[in-house]
Amino acid sequence: MIRVILPAHLRTLTKVSGEVAVDIAGVPTFASVLNALEAKYPVLRGTIRDHLTQERRPFLRFFACQEDYSLEPPETLLPKAVANGEEPLLIVGAMAGG
Amino acid sequence: MSSVQLLVGTRKGAFVLTADGKREKWDVSGPHFAGWEIYHVKGSPADPNRLYASQSSGWFGQVVQRSNDGGKTWEPVGNKFTYDGNPGTHKWYDGTQHPWEFKRVWHLEPSLKDPDTVYAGVEDAAIFRSTDGGQNWHELPGLRGAKGNLWQPGAGGMCLHTILLDPQHENRMYIAISAAGAFRSDDGGSTFRPINKGLKSPYELPDPTAEVGHCVHRIALHPSKPDVLYMQKHWDVMRSDNSGDLWTEVSGNLPTDFGFPIDVHAHEPETIYVVPITSDSLHYPPEGKLRVYRSKSGGNEWEALTKGLPQSDCYVNVLRDAMAVDSLDECGIYFGTTGGQVYGSRDAGDNWAPIVRDLPGVLSVEVQTLP
Repeated sequence: MIRVILPAHLRTLTKVSGEVAVDIAGVPTFASVLNALEAKYPVLRGTIRDHLTQERRPFLRFFACQEDYSLEPPETLLPKAVANGEEPLLIVGAMAGG
Repeated sequence: MSSVQLLVGTRKGAFVLTADGKREKWDVSGPHFAGWEIYHVKGSPADPNRLYASQSSGWFGQVVQRSNDGGKTWEPVGNKFTYDGNPGTHKWYDGTQHPWEFKRVWHLEPSLKDPDTVYAGVEDAAIFRSTDGGQNWHELPGLRGAKGNLWQPGAGGMCLHTILLDPQHENRMYIAISAAGAFRSDDGGSTFRPINKGLKSPYELPDPTAEVGHCVHRIALHPSKPDVLYMQKHWDVMRSDNSGDLWTEVSGNLPTDFGFPIDVHAHEPETIYVVPITSDSLHYPPEGKLRVYRSKSGGNEWEALTKGLPQSDCYVNVLRDAMAVDSLDECGIYFGTTGGQVYGSRDAGDNWAPIVRDLPGVLSVEVQTLP
C-alpha cells in the first residue's frame, strides 16, 4: 500500500480528507503511483499531469523522504520507505503569490 | 411566482444568487469550488436544473462540473480537451508560429434543445462539443480552418469567449475570439468563416481592415431577431443587420467606446447595453463613475444609467461575460465587477442596487429565469 498526501484543492476535488492509499501491482514507480491514483480517483486525470503528454503539471512537485523527486523520470523507483508504506509520497502545489 | 437565479463565476469560486420574481431579497450560496477560478457557469435552456461550470486553476488545470439539480450538488465530468489531429501552429506575440496549447475553458454554451449537448470555448482558441453531458469533448476543427494560423493572442490570451446559438436557424452559430475576430458557421459547426467586414482596428493591426485579427470582446443577439448582431470590440461598438456579413459602427455619443460586455434587453431587440471603460490601458470607468449606457435605438444614441451605481472613486472593470438579462416582464439586468460587486436592476437599467458587494473578482454572470 502506497500512502499519498494530495494538495488541499485535490483533496476537495476527490472528496477525501487526510491521506489516500493506493495499491500497486508490479514495480512501484512514480508513474505507477499516479496511474493507480487516477484509476481510483478518475477526477484527478489531467490535474496532476497532462492528459496527453503525461508530464507533471508545472506548478506541482513530488516529495518523498525529504527529497524532491519532481525532476526524476516517471519510471524512477519509489524510495523504499514509500514503497513499503512507512512514508507518504507528497504531491505539493508550488507556493506562489506575494 | 417566477424566480431568478444568478450564476456568478469569480476568481475564487462560484456563487448562486436567488430571488423571487420581485427581485428584492436575495439569497447567496457559495462559494462552490472554493479557491478555484470559475470562468463561467451556465444553465441549459432545455432543462434549467442542468448546469455546467468551468473550474480552472494555474496549478491543477481544467475541471468541468455538472449539476443536475439546479446547482445544489455538482459532479465533475470530462476535462480532456484534445485538439483534433495535428493542430499545427498559430501566430505568437513576436510574429513567429507557436503550437496550439489547451489552457482553459472560458465559456460553456448549452444547446438550446438538448441538455446533454454543450459547447465549450477554450484558450488557445477552439470550440469543443460534448453530446453526453460533458463527459467527452470533441473539437469542431473547422473553426481553426478559418485562417487559424494567422490568429495571434492578445494580452488576455487567445480565448474563444463567445458562443451564440441561433434559435431560428438550427445549424447557425456565431463565435468570437479575442484578437482573432468573429466567425459564423451555417452547417452546425463543421465549417466556419470570418465575419469581420466593416471592422476597423487601426491601433491594433497593420492592415486595419484585415479579414481576421480584430479584437472582438463580445457579441450578442436577441432571439427574435438573430440576424441582428451587436458587438463590443476592443474599441468601437458595432452592429450588423445581416448575420455578420457587414458591420457598422454605432458608438455614437458614448463617452468612450472601449469596453467588454454588451447585451440586449429581453423583450426589446433594439435596446442594448454596454459599460464604457476608459481605454485599453486604463481598465476602469471614465472619471471614476460606473455607468451603464443604454441605447433604445440599436446603437448610436446612448443614455447613461447611473441611479444606484457609484458615481465617484469607482475604478472597477466589468469583464466580457459578466453581464446578463432575465426575461421577466420587466426585464432585469445584472453585471458583476472585478471588485466583487454584483449589481442588479429590476427596471431595465433605470435603477440599480448592489446584490452583493464583497465577492472575489467577478468573471461571469448568467441568469436563469425560473417558472
